[in-house]
Amino acid sequence: MMRLSVQENAFDFGAEANAFAAGAAGAGAIVTFTGLVRDDGGAVQGLMIEHYPGMTERAIAAMMTEAFRRFGLLDALVIHRFGRLGPADAIMMVATAAAHRADAFAAAEFLMDYLKSRAPFWKQEIGPQGAKWVAAKVQDETALKRW
Amino acid sequence: MIEVLYFSWLRERIGTNREQIHTSAATVGDLIKELAAMDEGHALAFADRTSLRVALDQELADFSAPLAGVREVAFFPPMTGG
Repeated sequence: MMRLSVQENAFDFGAEANAFAAGAAGAGAIVTFTGLVRDDGGAVQGLMIEHYPGMTERAIAAMMTEAFRRFGLLDALVIHRFGRLGPADAIMMVATAAAHRADAFAAAEFLMDYLKSRAPFWKQEIGPQGAKWVAAKVQDETALKRW
Repeated sequence: MIEVLYFSWLRERIGTNREQIHTSAATVGDLIKELAAMDEGHALAFADRTSLRVALDQELADFSAPLAGVREVAFFPPMTGG
């Protein structure tokens, strides 16, 4: 069982986390992560996130299936937004449910590492000088090697 | 006939998010050469291939991958999700 949503609208992190916990029958551990838009001291007024409809869902579903297999998950949730976001807005969240915390934490990190550089999203930072595409970091690519 | 999609700054440099291309290119690399020769925008978009990624029918692929049977090719810079 897993749920995946690629959406333009904001989501309610608390409500999603509670609903996920309520549905994760038999779990002894739930890990949640949410990523927010940093304002970098006022230098970033917002983000514009572009994605590849169709491939995005396929790529994330494949990562989630792999996370289930590797970590024996009982449930997983990925929500990722696209479109225009403001400072401190939640960009995405991951939730994982497992019998024990080690697997739940590891699966959440695995999903985050893959979402960073294998899900077809591209971030553009909106600042006082206009819009600028965010460059991928070398660390994001090397982070995949540990899996 | 193949559908070619562009994202992020490739889309901006080329000036469109998709185009239909008649091609006999055997591989992704051959197609890149053809596209880069089309005009200045395409040439600029394909100038630095180290910052280029490709997906064939929505699966990541290499530049050496064959195009036989492929309907949709997408070009984009390294992804920045999460």
